[in-house]
Amino acid sequence: MNKTRSKTPKESIKKHFLLFMGPVLAAFIIGFVWPFIQGIYLSFCKFRLIKDAEFIGFSNYGKAFSDASFRYSFDYTAVFAVVSLVLINVLAFTVACILTQNIKGSNLFRTVFFMPNLIGGIVLGYIWAMIFDGILSRYSTSILLETKYGFWGLIILMIWQQVGYMMIIYIAGLQAVPDDMIEAASIDGASRSQILFRITIPNVMPSITICSFLGLTNGFKLFDQNLALTGGQPFIIQSDGSAIKTTEMMALNIFNTFYGSNKSATGVAQAKAVLFFILVAGLGLLQLAYTRKREVQQ
Amino acid sequence: MKKDIIRKTIYSVVLAFVCIIWVLPVLAVVINSFKVNTFVKTNTFDLPTGEMNAGFSNFVKGMTFGNYPFFKSVMYSVVITVLSVGLILLFTSMAAWYIARVDNMICKIVYFLCVFSMVVPFQMVMFTLSKTADKLKLNTPFTIPIVYLGFGAGLAIFMFVGFVKSIPLELELMWVWNDYLLPYLVLDINEYRTIPIHIQYLKGSYGTVDLGATMALILLSIIPVIIFYLTCQKYIIKGVAAGAVKG
Repeated sequence: MNKTRSKTPKESIKKHFLLFMGPVLAAFIIGFVWPFIQGIYLSFCKFRLIKDAEFIGFSNYGKAFSDASFRYSFDYTAVFAVVSLVLINVLAFTVACILTQNIKGSNLFRTVFFMPNLIGGIVLGYIWAMIFDGILSRYSTSILLETKYGFWGLIILMIWQQVGYMMIIYIAGLQAVPDDMIEAASIDGASRSQILFRITIPNVMPSITICSFLGLTNGFKLFDQNLALTGGQPFIIQSDGSAIKTTEMMALNIFNTFYGSNKSATGVAQAKAVLFFILVAGLGLLQLAYTRKREVQQ
Repeated sequence: MKKDIIRKTIYSVVLAFVCIIWVLPVLAVVINSFKVNTFVKTNTFDLPTGEMNAGFSNFVKGMTFGNYPFFKSVMYSVVITVLSVGLILLFTSMAAWYIARVDNMICKIVYFLCVFSMVVPFQMVMFTLSKTADKLKLNTPFTIPIVYLGFGAGLAIFMFVGFVKSIPLELELMWVWNDYLLPYLVLDINEYRTIPIHIQYLKGSYGTVDLGATMALILLSIIPVIIFYLTCQKYIIKGVAAGAVKG
């Protein structure tokens, strides 16, 4: 009796598969599954539209690897992702540590620090472009004229946008550290730095892992801010006449290859996109494996 | 104990100082939206006094800036955001409920695909997705929400199945509202521009850029976001924290 009663609702739900799953499945296939499969296929083709696709094997990948601007954008993106990851996390962790110590005004501080996170990337880019040019124009230069300005400018922008977000994650982690553990340690005579490195940090390791991977993938996938702040400028012209945009990150490089002046490079662009996907997805899988491993250990 | 109070006061003062720095960029937008264009670049950090004061003229100019009425882009942004988030909430919660209840082979596959879609960067599907959307006539503000449902389904279902109920709404809302690339690639931008597309169009088409008017539009576009944040910040912050714990 009990068994049939628990089974009946499940059976009756099952019949309505199309009602519950149909709309999402249809949209998911249109918006993700089909474009993804087609994208993989097209990376092995020569095409301008999609109808005229002609299978050419791996030559797009060869061209992608030998494209100096793409290789440059990979190096630039990797350096950017690591630097921004470290700076953002250190700052966010520091602020979170201070904010969890019952200080006056901590709610207000939290509100203010998180606020930039809600402003869109394009708008952020133009706000900071105005600020940096307001400063740099006094020295008669511009953020568009030097690679180092573009790099550090984007780092500052990302710090402003992301520190609040990571801070929230760290605060949640820090609040979960048992108070009596810290109290016991201080009664035993542990110093403040000992408490930090021996108790607090090991206990918020899960948050640190999440924020690190989040920071890394955010850095790699960055597009809007990059486009709006410098758009890849300044350029350097190479000996073969092709230009390298010295502040162009991977996502923007792929975009520019798709929609740039060279209309026959769409296949190469799609191959770059697949490589980019493998890279970003690889980082995601690494995170998953790492968190799983830690969970087992604990 | 007294030492403790001194330490906490120092922390408060330092953070208050950092907070002031943190709001300066927004303040710079406010100041410059009231400034005559030619002074925005030379006197970025001065108050708009005397001959620099443009009054509300930047806002008036901004309304029809770039031969495109600003209110139209606001309207399209609202339509796309409301419809997309509505569709995502309704259909993904139904699907997530079904997946959690039935849990058969198909459901497992769908769930796996959802998680998978979360690690795929947009550039991977950007070209093919915009072509597909074009072919299926999903290239208007009233039909593009179907594309958002498809591309946003992964995260929403993942969250819902994990019984994190607080995140999807705010997160999806901000995502669609601030999204630039998807509507830029899918919509006909002479006809339909969202706010980010409009702002990018004004600044991106170099030559004579009216920075004062651009800042006025940027100010108008971030005011609703800041109001939304201040009224819902409890839920937004809870959502971020819960999402991170779920990972």
